[in-house]
Amino acid sequence: MRLRLPTPPWKRPDRPRPSWLVARFAGPDELLAAAAAFRDAGFTEWDAHSPFPVHGMEKAMGIRASKVPLFVLALGLAGAAGGMLLQWWTMAVDYPLVISGKPLFSWPAFVPIMFECGVLGGALGAVGGLLFEARLPRHHHPVFYAPGFARASDDGFFLSVASSDPRFEAGATARLLRRLGAGEVETVAPDGTPGYAPLEAR
Amino acid sequence: MGGHPHHAPPPSATEVTLPKRHPLARLVWPAAIAGVVLVAAVAFLAGGDPQRVWGGYLVAYLYFLTLSLGGLFFVLALHACRAGWGVVVRRLAEHLAATLPVFALLFVPLAFAAPHLFSWFSPEARQADHLLSLKAPYLDPGFFWARAAVYLVAWSLLGWWFRRASLAQDASGEPRATRRMQTVAAPAIVVYALTFTFAAFDWVMSLDPHWYSTIFGVYLFAGAAVGVCAVLSLAAMWLERPAGGARGPLAGLVTIEHYHDLGKLLLAFVVFWAYVAFSQFMLIWYGNIPEETLWFFHRWEHGWKPVSIALAVGHFGLPFFVLLLRVVKRRRPLLAAISVWMLVVHYLDLYWLIVPALSPESPAPRLADLVAFAGVGAVWLAAWGWLLAGRAAVPVADPRLAESLSFENA
Repeated sequence: MRLRLPTPPWKRPDRPRPSWLVARFAGPDELLAAAAAFRDAGFTEWDAHSPFPVHGMEKAMGIRASKVPLFVLALGLAGAAGGMLLQWWTMAVDYPLVISGKPLFSWPAFVPIMFECGVLGGALGAVGGLLFEARLPRHHHPVFYAPGFARASDDGFFLSVASSDPRFEAGATARLLRRLGAGEVETVAPDGTPGYAPLEAR
Repeated sequence: MGGHPHHAPPPSATEVTLPKRHPLARLVWPAAIAGVVLVAAVAFLAGGDPQRVWGGYLVAYLYFLTLSLGGLFFVLALHACRAGWGVVVRRLAEHLAATLPVFALLFVPLAFAAPHLFSWFSPEARQADHLLSLKAPYLDPGFFWARAAVYLVAWSLLGWWFRRASLAQDASGEPRATRRMQTVAAPAIVVYALTFTFAAFDWVMSLDPHWYSTIFGVYLFAGAAVGVCAVLSLAAMWLERPAGGARGPLAGLVTIEHYHDLGKLLLAFVVFWAYVAFSQFMLIWYGNIPEETLWFFHRWEHGWKPVSIALAVGHFGLPFFVLLLRVVKRRRPLLAAISVWMLVVHYLDLYWLIVPALSPESPAPRLADLVAFAGVGAVWLAAWGWLLAGRAAVPVADPRLAESLSFENA
């Protein structure tokens, strides 16, 4: 069985592959202000890239609360229940063994294992939930080809927006980015080459 | 780094001073008098059944003592970690810890009642029992009183010193005072851990002198840490509100971010309490040695079973899942509700620890328990109110105050 992940908007077969506008900002404060402006303008298919987590960025981008805690809770509880079930089945059903005269299903002795299985489940839920929610791993993205984008892991602060965004207008969006204080504004076609490509069908 | 929210400059000492007409300040003398009268009433009620009645007083004494010791722990931990987030509520804990000298006074009735409470107090009992005769060098009345004096003096000095140093910094504005408090905090934690552990052994564990559990002090400490998170949340909420015709001294300073962190600490210590409690239980259950299991037997037979189950569910099962929810930690009424709940089950915890040793045949509470609780509680509240009244409720000159005021959970 193959787990089906939700398809991001720009990958949906009925949507064309977009080009990207990639704008570089001078620092975290400028990026934060630009993100708030994009949120207020109603853009939906865009992202911010910075070398370190910028305080308040979730709020500025209008990102909803993460669903990762739900994954942690569900897998943690499942791990705990599974741990107890495993011990009940092995110790009391499949291979009954009397230990120091205690009942076959001596649950207090099983609690530490149950706890550890719960922790394991919770940890896997945290990692798996994060990958699922962030749609990772993803090895390639057109914005990686924007000139200088590697600086996003050094000293560059970038905002990228997809041409498939309903609010996107090639000239106006670039002008908006410049008005918000962007230095360079680059365009990247879906294949990573510079410049716009008309929205192409997949 | 960008993105810090805008905030006003740190407040002046007068803005955050608890006005003398605040209900908490006006409560001081009536509460003190009522407390003394009620404690005297306990002594009067003790005539009939001194062991059980003084047991109720011991529960009440330890209840408020652990809250104040929790306050001392909070102060020490914040200094030792050089924590910035909690500076804005630290002064409340400093005042709380400075109530510890009052517990030296409240111990006086216990010192006199000790022969009723502790079966090992009489020389005959110690000689008649082989195990007790071996423990006689430690379980000795003179040594018991001397140890109690050491604990109470150590706590009083620590509680008083940290409050005085912090108040002095308000006036001097000297950032070096913070460094000095941090330097003292680390060795003070060692003193705190040892005195807390041995006080738990002496005053609670020795009620059943055959039984011992090396983790017992940690168990009691876990309850104290839960208690102080609940008390600080409630106290900060109270002092945020306008009262007595003036704005609350903490209004606009303590934010939902601070409550969120107090709630997280509360959850952490609820889990810690359960971890310690279960560790203690499981080793004894597994070893199955009569002189160890008898302690749990007393808490399972003769009507104590529902109390034990209520404690496990009320002190861990329920609050664990409630406190997991982010919304509970970030809404004042919800955090207040769970804090009150934890303070109720903290009483149940101490009742469950102490009373079965004195009255294994029935878990029924007595009127004297309520009188003792109200009496010790009134004295404790009066002391806290007296320390707070007319003084800054926030360490206004702490160099980390600005960091605390603008603190945000990422």
